Amino acid sequence: MWRRSTRAWNVSEWTRPRSKESAPQGGEHMKRITAIVRREKLDAVKRAMRELGPGMTVTDVKGQGRQKVITEIYRGSEYCLDLLHKTQIDIVVKTEDVERIALAIMEAARTGNIGDGKIFVSPVEEVFRIRTGDRGKSAI
Amino acid sequence: MIVVFASLMMAKSGVISAQNPQPVNATLNASTPIAATQALPDRSQPDATGSSIGASGISPPAKVTSQPTLSELANAAGHNTVAINFVWTLVAGFLVFFMQAGFALVETGFTRSKNVAHTMGMNILIYGLGVLGWYVCGFAFMFGGLATLPTLGGFTGLNSEFTVNILGHPFGLLGTHGFALTGAYDVGVFALFLFEVVFMDTAATIPTGAMAERWKFLAFCIYGLFIGTIMYPLFGNWVWGGGWLSQLGTNFGLGNGYVDFAGSTVVHMVGGTIGFVGAWMLGPRIGKYVNGKVRAIPPHSIPMAVLGTLILAFGWFGFNPGSTLAGTDLRISVIAVNTMLASVAGMVAATLWMWRVRGNKPDVSFICNGTLAGLVAITGPCAFVNSQSAVLIGLIAGILVVEAALFIDKRLKVDDPVGAVAVHGVCGAWGCLSLGLLADGTYGAGWNGVSGAVTGLLYGNPSQLAAQCVGVATCGIYTAAIAFVIFKFIDLLVGLRVGSQTEVDGLDIPEMGVGGYDGGYGL
Repeated sequence: MWRRSTRAWNVSEWTRPRSKESAPQGGEHMKRITAIVRREKLDAVKRAMRELGPGMTVTDVKGQGRQKVITEIYRGSEYCLDLLHKTQIDIVVKTEDVERIALAIMEAARTGNIGDGKIFVSPVEEVFRIRTGDRGKSAI
Repeated sequence: MIVVFASLMMAKSGVISAQNPQPVNATLNASTPIAATQALPDRSQPDATGSSIGASGISPPAKVTSQPTLSELANAAGHNTVAINFVWTLVAGFLVFFMQAGFALVETGFTRSKNVAHTMGMNILIYGLGVLGWYVCGFAFMFGGLATLPTLGGFTGLNSEFTVNILGHPFGLLGTHGFALTGAYDVGVFALFLFEVVFMDTAATIPTGAMAERWKFLAFCIYGLFIGTIMYPLFGNWVWGGGWLSQLGTNFGLGNGYVDFAGSTVVHMVGGTIGFVGAWMLGPRIGKYVNGKVRAIPPHSIPMAVLGTLILAFGWFGFNPGSTLAGTDLRISVIAVNTMLASVAGMVAATLWMWRVRGNKPDVSFICNGTLAGLVAITGPCAFVNSQSAVLIGLIAGILVVEAALFIDKRLKVDDPVGAVAVHGVCGAWGCLSLGLLADGTYGAGWNGVSGAVTGLLYGNPSQLAAQCVGVATCGIYTAAIAFVIFKFIDLLVGLRVGSQTEVDGLDIPEMGVGGYDGGYGL
C-alpha cells in the first residue's frame, strides 16, 4: 500500500509565507519581459544582462513582422521565406527593474534595420523557486 | 623470351602432351601447338566449382581452342598480368573517388548547420570542376612527359616534357602531351588518368574545409578551375611526372631523388598549404576571435564528422596500396597494413594527447583528426617502411596534429574550422620527411632511375633525407606562392569573402538559395 504524502500536494502549507514580502504579490509587482531578437544578437543580450541578473530562458522561434518576405527560386519555382528564425528571451523581473532591463536589451539587440524585433512586458502572477520553496519577489 | 623458353624445352626434349605425343627429335617453336594437359571439358555442362575451366579460357583466346601455342600462352600470361594491374588500379581509383564523400561529411559535420548547403555544395562541385580542368590540361601538364607506363601496358607516347637546362642538368618542369587525352587514346593512359584525377580532387577539396563558412561560392568556383589545371599538376609533374624533383637522384646524387609514394606532399601538403593561405587571406569567421580571446565554434554534427572520417580511412586503402598501379606488386599488403597501423596510432595518440595533456576530456574532433593525421603522414612513406616505423610515424602525427591545430588556432590566429591545415599541411610535411629517416631499403629498387632501394637516414643513407628536405621545402614555397597569387587575383576579380550580414545569416539562403536542412527556413 502506498501512502500519498499530503504534504507535497498542499502547496500553501508546504511553502508557508515567511514574511510580508514573500506573501502572494500578484501581477503588479513582477513582470515577464519577452524579447524577440535576431539570432546573432543573443550573445550581446547575454553580456548586457550579466550585471542586471543572469536568469533567462531562451527559445528558438520563427515569426514575421514587417521584415521583407524573402522569395527564393528552387528548381525553377518560387517559394517564400516568410517566417524567419528569431530568438526569444524570457526574463521575469521586479516591476521597478523593467525599464532598465528593457533598455539594456534594446541597446544590445538593435542594428537599426527592419527585423530587429520587439519586447513585450506582461504581468506575472506568482513565482516559486523550486529548490527552496521561496515565493514572490525573493524567488526572482 | 619466347626463343629462350623454346630452346629450354628443346633441351629437355620432353613430351609435352599426353594426347598428341611429339616425336622426340621434333623441333619446337613459338607456334607449335600445345594441347591442354587435361581433356577439354564439355562446357555445355554447368561447372559449380570452376575446376574444369582451364586452357580453354585463356585471354586472348587461342586460334584452336584445344591447342594453344607457346606464343599464345605467353601472350595470355602477359595480358592477364596487365589485366590484374588494370583492375587493381581502377578499383583503387574508385575507392579514392569515394573519399570525396568522406571529405564532404567531415567538413559539413565540423561546421555550422546554417552553412550546410554551401559546404556540401563546394565539396561535390569541386569534383566536377577539378576533373574537367584535369581533362583539359592538368593531366597533360602532370603526366605528359611520364615516358612509360610499365605496369599498365607499356605505352610510351607520353614522352613530351618541357625541360630547361640548369647547371648542365635537365630540369623537367611541365608535360606537354595529352591535352584532352588527344594522342593518348590508350587503355593504360585512361587507367592512369582516372587513378590520378581522383588524387588531384583529394587535394582540391582540402581547402574547402579550411576556408569554409565565409568563402564566396563564385570565388570558390574560380579556384576550382585553377586547381585541376595548373596548381596541383605543376608540383605533381616535378615529383611524379618525371620532373626535376624526381631527378634529384640522377642529377645530384640525392638518394632516389625526391620520393613521395602516394602523395603526403603532392596531395596533402599542397591542399593544406592552399587551405592555410586561403584561410589567412579570408580572415577568421565573425565571432571567432573576440577581444583577443579565441572562441570555440562547435561542430553541428558529430555523426557526420565520424562517418566522414571512417569513409576517408576506407578510401585510403585505395589511395596508398593503389599507388603501386599494379595488383601484381605484392608489396600492396605491406602498404595496406602500414596504412592501417599509422591511422590507428595517430587516432590513439591524438586522443590521449588531447585528453590528458592539452585538455580534460576525450575530444571526438581530435579522435577524427588524429586518424586522418596518421593516414596523411603514412601516405608518403607507406611502401618503404616496416610496420614498427608505420606505427611510429602515425603516433608522432597524432601528437603533431593536436599541437599544430592549437598553434594555428591560438597563436597564428588563422581560423581553420576543420583542422585541415594541421592534418594535411603539417602532417603531410612530416610524412615525407619521415621517409628520409625511416625508409628501410626493402623496396623501390630503381626508383626515379636510381639503382638501389629507397633507404633513409636510420638505415644508412643520409642523402635521401636531403632530397626529402628539398622536396618538402619546394612544396611549401611553391604552393604558398601560387595560392597567394591566384587568391589575390580572384579577390580582385570577384571578392574572396562573403559580406558580413550574409555570413551572420548563414550562407545557405544568400549564396545557394536553399536551406541545408529545413527547406529554406533557416534564415
